[in-house]
Parts: sequence; C-alpha cells; structure tokens
Amino acid sequence: MPDLLIELFSEEIPARMQARAAQDLRQRVTDGLVEAGLTYASAGAFCTPRRLTLSVEGLLAASPDTREERKGPRADAPEKAIEGFARGAGVSRTALKTRDTPKGPVLFAVIARPGRPAAEIVAEVLEKVIRGFPWPRSMRWGDGSLRWVRPLQSVLCLLSAEDGSDVVPLEIDGIVAGNTTAGHRFMAPARFAVSGFDDYAAGLKRAYVVLDAAERADHIWAEATNQAFANGLEVVEDRGLLAEVAGLVEWPVVLMGRIGAAFLDLPPEVLQTSMKEHQKFFSVRDPRSGRIERFVTVANRETADNGATILAGNEKVLGARLSDARFFWENDLRVARAGMGDWLATLENVTFHNKLGTQGARIGRIAALARAIAPSVGADADAAEQAARLAKADLSSEMVYEFPELQGLMGRYYITAAGLPEDVAAVAQAHYAPLGPSDTVPSAPLSIAVALADKIDTLAGFWAIDEKPTGSKDPFALRRAALGVIRLILENDLNVALADPDGPLEAAAAAIGPRPRDKGSEAGADVPDLLAFIHDRLKVYLRDQGIRHDIIDACIAMPGNDDLTQLVRRARALNEVLGTDDGENLIQGFKRANNLLTQAEAQDGVEYSFGPDIKWAANDAERALFAALDRAEAAIGAALGQQDFATAMQAMAALRGPIDAFFDAVQVNDANGTLRRNRLNLLHRIRSICAGVADLTGIEG
Amino acid sequence: MTDTPTAPRSFQEIILRLQTYWASRGCAILQPYDMEVGAGTFHPATTLRALGTRPWAVAYVQPSRRPTDGRYGENPNRLQHYYQFQVLIKPSPPDLQDLYIGSLRAIGIDTDLHDIRFVEDDWESPTLGAWGLGWEVWCDGMEVSQFTYFQQVGGHDCHPVSGELTYGLERLAMYVLGIGHVMDMPYNDPQAPIALRYGDVFRQTEEEYARWNFDVADTDTLLAHFEDAERQCARILAQPADDPKTGKRIVMAHPAYDQCIKASHLFNLLDARGVISVTERQAYIGRVRALAKACADAFVQTEAGGAAA
Repeated sequence: MPDLLIELFSEEIPARMQARAAQDLRQRVTDGLVEAGLTYASAGAFCTPRRLTLSVEGLLAASPDTREERKGPRADAPEKAIEGFARGAGVSRTALKTRDTPKGPVLFAVIARPGRPAAEIVAEVLEKVIRGFPWPRSMRWGDGSLRWVRPLQSVLCLLSAEDGSDVVPLEIDGIVAGNTTAGHRFMAPARFAVSGFDDYAAGLKRAYVVLDAAERADHIWAEATNQAFANGLEVVEDRGLLAEVAGLVEWPVVLMGRIGAAFLDLPPEVLQTSMKEHQKFFSVRDPRSGRIERFVTVANRETADNGATILAGNEKVLGARLSDARFFWENDLRVARAGMGDWLATLENVTFHNKLGTQGARIGRIAALARAIAPSVGADADAAEQAARLAKADLSSEMVYEFPELQGLMGRYYITAAGLPEDVAAVAQAHYAPLGPSDTVPSAPLSIAVALADKIDTLAGFWAIDEKPTGSKDPFALRRAALGVIRLILENDLNVALADPDGPLEAAAAAIGPRPRDKGSEAGADVPDLLAFIHDRLKVYLRDQGIRHDIIDACIAMPGNDDLTQLVRRARALNEVLGTDDGENLIQGFKRANNLLTQAEAQDGVEYSFGPDIKWAANDAERALFAALDRAEAAIGAALGQQDFATAMQAMAALRGPIDAFFDAVQVNDANGTLRRNRLNLLHRIRSICAGVADLTGIEG
Repeated sequence: MTDTPTAPRSFQEIILRLQTYWASRGCAILQPYDMEVGAGTFHPATTLRALGTRPWAVAYVQPSRRPTDGRYGENPNRLQHYYQFQVLIKPSPPDLQDLYIGSLRAIGIDTDLHDIRFVEDDWESPTLGAWGLGWEVWCDGMEVSQFTYFQQVGGHDCHPVSGELTYGLERLAMYVLGIGHVMDMPYNDPQAPIALRYGDVFRQTEEEYARWNFDVADTDTLLAHFEDAERQCARILAQPADDPKTGKRIVMAHPAYDQCIKASHLFNLLDARGVISVTERQAYIGRVRALAKACADAFVQTEAGGAAA
C-alpha cells in the first residue's frame, strides 16, 4: 500500500485562504482518486504561507480491474443499430454476445477495464485539481496561462512504498513534478529531496518550517501567554487574529514589545483595534487595571540579536500608527466637548439610502420614534429623544472613519466627554444591539427605546420602498432587524402593541411617508405585511426553542397578536399544555366536537350559537359537561383578564374528561331534533370557549 | 547572504542604489514622467506598457502628488508631494520576489536581522480600470513596498502579466536611515559641504501647496480644465489613424493618455477642495476610467502596444 505526498509550493498564499484551500485540496484529490477506483486509508492536508500539502496513506497501488455488462439491441435488430451499440460500448462487433431473454435473443457487450497504476491516476487527478482549484480569486503570471492564487513555483508529487519512492510523472504548464521542496525563505532556502511524508515534515522542521497551522497557532499562543505571564500581564484573546497570524509565518517567533507612554491613555479598544487592524499585533493588558500596556507581534524568523532589531522596528511603526490614532482622538474630543454639532451637521448631508434620504433625516425619525416608544419601556421621553439624536453622531468622527468597527463604542466615549449622563452615552453603543441571535440584548430603558426605534425605522423604511428580503438575499439585514425587535421585546418582557394605530409601526410608517417605488409609483410601508414578516421571524425564533409552528400559528390567529410578549406567553402555555396527557386528548375531543359541528352547520345552513339549555341534558355526563363548561368559562375569562395563559390553558385542558365522557355517553346526532340541536349548541360552546384561548383548529395530531 | 549591506547615509543614496541595483538586473532606468500624477503607476511606462505582448523592463523614480495628504509639512509621515520608485517587468520573471529582496539588501536592509513578509494586498485602481494581485511587503511590520502582478489595465487582460514593484521612498528611507520626522531626513550626504535635509528642500513647498490645494485652488477653473481634458482626449482619439501629412499610420495613444493623467490630477485637486460629494465621486472616477480605457484601447492598436506594424 503506497503513500502519496503532494506539495504545491507557491509565492505567499493569503492567510485567510489557507485553511479552506487545504481542505479543498484534500477533498478534491481524494474524491478524484476514489472515483477512479483508488481507495485509501487516511488523508491529511496542511498549509503554510508558501505551501499546500496533502498526505494520503494506504493508497491502492492500482485501481482494480472492472467488468461491466451492457445490454444492447435484439439480435435481429438492424445491423446499423448493432454496430452503433458496439461502437458506443467500445467493443468490436464480433465481441458482442447473444443471450436469450424473455424478450427473445438480445445482444450484450462485456466491457472489461483493466486497473491502472496509481501514478497514472494521481497525475490525472492532480492536474485536474490544480487547473480547477476553487480559489476565491486567482491570477496568471509571467507569460503562462495557468491560474493559481499566486505564482505556483514547484510541485512535489511522490508515491512511496517500503521499497522506495517514485516521483509521479506530471508536468503542468512547464512545472515538472519532483521530489524536492524548499525550507524557510530566509533561514534555510535551499531545496532538498524527501522520500515520504515523515521525512518531509521532519526535513521542513530542520529547515525552519512548521507545517501544521494548528501547531504554529498553539506555539504562538503558548509563547505569547508565557511572556505576558512572566511580566504579570495577560494576552487579550483573539482567535481570528491567532489564525491569521499563524497563516503569515512558517517559523513563528513571538516578541513582546512596549507601547509608548504617550499612547497608554487612549481608549483600550482604540489601541486594540489599531494594533490588530494595521499591525496584526495581540494586545497585552494589565489584569489589575484593565489597561493595555504592551503588544505581542509574531515574526517569521530567528535572528542573531534575538529579535531586537525586529522588535525595535515594530515599536517604531506602532508609534507612527498610534500618533495617527491619538490625532483622531484629540480632534474628535474637541468636537465632542463642543456638543457634537459639527458631526450632526455633516450627517445631514450623508446619504443613508437614495430613496430614504440622509442620515440626518433618519436620526430625526428615530429620535421622534424613540420618544414615542419611551413610556411603554419605562424610559424618560426627553432623554430617549436626546440619546437617539446623539447615538449616531460618531459616524462622522475621524476615529470611526478610520476604524468603522468602533462605531457606537466611540460614540459612548464622545457623548460622555460631552458631559452627558452615562445612560445616554451607553445608548450609542447599545442601540445597535442585538446584532445577531447570540448578541446581548440591551436592558436599560433608554437603550431599549432607541434600539427599538432604530430597527423599526429601518424595517418601515425598506418596507416603504419595497426592498424586502428574498430567499438568501437580505442586503439590508432586515431579518436581523426584525429578530432584534423580537428579542428586545421578549427578553425585556415588554408589552408593546406594535401594530396599534398609535403604535410604533404605524408611527414609523407615517414618518417615512410614501416613497418612490418602481415605475414612478409611490407608496408607504404596508404595516400588516411588516407585522406578518415579524411574525415569520418570530416563528423561526420560537422553533429554535422547540415550539412547533402550528402552536405559534394557533396563537398568531388570536387578537392582540402584535403584542409579542403576550403572543409568546400564550404559545408557551399552549406548548406546555399540549405536552400533557389532558392537553393532547383535549385536542382530539375538540376536533371531534368541531368537526361534528362544522358538518352539521354546513348541512343545516345554520349556526348553532343559540346556547344550549341544560334542561335537555339526557344524562349525568351531559350535565357534567354543562357544569364543566361553566367552570372553564369563568376560570378562562378570569385568567385571560390577567394574561395568565397557563391557568387558562389548564382550565381548558380540564375539559378533556367531561368532553370524552360526553362523547362516550351520548349520540350528538340524536333522532330527537331538539336533543340534537341542544347538543350542537353545546359543542358550539366548547368551540367558542377554546377559541378564546387559542385557535386549535390548525393544531396537528 | 554574500553581499554585506552597508548603511546608506541619505535619501538620495537610497534612490541611487535602487537605480544601480535594478540597472544591474537589466532594467532600463527611465526618468520621471513630466506631468502631475498620483502614483508611479500612472507613468505611461507602466500603465500603457503593461499592455500588449512586448517584453518590457524599466525602473524609475516618479514624483507623486496626493493633494488630500498635505499637512503643511508638519506631519512626520504625510506629504502631498512625495517620491515613488517603480519597477515594471513584463513578463514577470519567476524570481521576482528574490530580485525584490535583493533590492532591499542593496539599500542596506540586512535580511538576516529584519523580518520581511509578503502580506496579502490586492491592488485596484478604479480610475485606471486596472487590478492585480500581490502583497504589501512588510519589513518589521512596516509596509515598505507594494508588489503586484497586473491582471488587467484599462479594461484589457494583461498577457503576458507584468510584475510591478512600488517603493514608497520617503517611508522606506526614513526606516533605513532611522529618522522620525521626514523633514529631518538627510537629502544629500550629511558630510557634504552644503548638507541638505528633506525639510530644506520641501518644507516650504509642502506649506505652499497645502494652502493652495485645500483653500485657494479655484474650483470653477479646475472643473473647466477637467472637462477640457476630457474633450481633448476624445478629440485626439477620434482622429483617423492615418496621418494625412506623412501618410503614416499614427495612433496618438500617448497624447490622449496625457489628457487622462490631467483629468485624474484635476479630480484629485477637486477632491482636496472638498467640492465632490460622495455620490458625485463615483461618477468622476467613472469618467476618468472611461478615458483610461479609451487610451488603452488606442495603445493596443499601436506598434508598442503589440499590434502588427
């Protein structure tokens, strides 16, 4: 069983593409091998900035012989058809065999394919994989036409067995596969020959290349945390950065440097972002003060001076970068302390969306909406409006222009610098939240008011211009905005009648007004449609929490469904009760009652809503149902009045016994018309009492 | 490493060493283009010569202007007028990375002590309708060069592909010479009888141009010039290829491209004056790109552009 080693050696591969490329190489090569009949025991792929490597172990030395029998035309078919069949099957006319079948004598072709040696298959597969490699972006170089992520310099392709190893004969656009690779670009650039994977990996390590990205990352992290710990400090964890940095080096050497004292009073997030984005440095902080005081950089080599020159250079570059950051910070603070008027004025001229006007106009709408929402979330209306007006001011600041990911966070610093209270400042950061299903939901009343207003304005705006999400396309993140509204309301247990004529959706739609749509038409936001969209997102949200869609639908069908908290409480209570034996059986009873009633109503053309009279009750079971319905009605009415859905649902479920007993004891469609009418009226009571709790007609089971 | 790098002592020595190095590697040393450009790439020796099939190997210094980067000579690292050193080789040789690293050694960077890295940075020039893939080259965490394999210029696929190297000379030199503020950098030999620093040469002009760029340049005139250049470019390219006077076939790709360069610089000036809104910006860039494309279309019709003579 030979082993296969492939190395595609190139100029530096972008770090962000390496892991995926290694996976693709493994997947595509092994798929190709298996498809050609070469099975294998195991395969592993590796990547460094300059190489993609695949090691396949326990490969078949050759693909097995195969024999396929193909059925052709009848033996008495026209000769032309027979010849055509033989040609298509790749066998000679005389090699066709005749066999008797129930349909008479039929010709068969036996196609025998001898197995092929592994080298031949590997060469074919690898060439195909290289030529069709799914790089996110690839290029040509020199005067060739081959495409790769950066110029491909050499290909190592080796089949090795116990008795030695052979280069797989392969040439791609002038690159001839061989058995050599090169070490570290500076520390050991000479090419060397290898005989198999173990030899290769060990040879690389001697040549200052750590082949495995995970090993490089582990080394970097261990070394960085050790150095920080030795100084009583800790490294700020950043897995994305760690993976990236591990993709920028073949021989990681971790160096810890100092940040100039003049920069230590910058906000820690600014230090961290600037160091990460520009320099790919890790931040190192003092756990006692939380201040970022040093950085860790990862060099790609050892030096005679133990990295002193490299570290000095990095410190110098960082100084220049942080000078810029400090310049932005100081300029911004001047504008902030003056009340941020300059920024707000600028936002009046910044387009938010060409059909939805400027950021300034949008901020105005959000401020008015936040003011309107404030009382229902326990926030002060004036403070909510003020917070909303300032929450996006930092979009005009120099720091956010330089580092867009600091939006909101800088706003918080600047609003604080303007002398405003902390809860107003916090809104700048919090009003963007929640950004996803797992992001924290704001709980401070001011933040809730502005966060809701921000999202509702966005939804109503894009609804007005008919830019709703379709399929996988949601360029304005409207699903996220709707989920944000849902989570803000539910997780803060708020009762907001979203679609009320005086409620936030209508207010947002009115503020936006009619907007141009296709072909010159104009329209405002369709609030019922928007509410339906929010309900759709709510279904997804609740389904993830294990509540079935039919249960949610049964509750959405009830009045007051725009109060999401009430809606979800109802759904949870229904979900709970349906999980009980009584609940499950009640559904059966309800359906039986409802079906009988619906049929009778259709047949008789009347509605049996007159109200049953207990004097016509024929036996104890029927009388007991009367009593049970009276009890349930009273209990449900009282419970619903307090939005106590659990009690209401239990009261409803308590009907299960009496309903079952009723159906066991009496025939609804009695020959006596009076009794029948009375019983149908009784069924109608069951339906209407249950209908006050939830619409059970669509419940499955 | 055979060559033992000695430390250069001045800005000009670094330029001279780069020229000597690339000359010794077979490049023709051209002189700067005599027009205002935003970057060395705009030199027709790069933009136009990257097109067509003819081999090409040049290196040159190009004074470059970015009006919005003016800081009145006060910022240690930012200038509205600075120098780029540009190398363009077509087809890109297989050892271009090694050649490049050799140039760093030539200017005194000891690659045994420094950390040289090739970090992904794809290059795109919306105004030139050009893009390529490559890296920014880091020396100890500082970007010292741009390294690009041109894939497309003026909307044309590059075949063969050119390798382009761009060195930001001031930044690179400050690093090599260990200077904190660009104006303090020795321009000529500090031991020379009349030793000049970068500031002696450029502080005053940085101030003058910053004022002009930001506050004084007359925007109506600039706009009119922009439109003149646009018209002129179209007019040049609209001429029939056959010259009635000489009877020769003369496609005037370069004169037309000069107008494209002009329009591009005028756009940069207008931008610095802050009179171009976000939405207009894209439109202006599109207009310059249209000129660049038209010039590229014309150039590939010429002999230098690879058309059969």
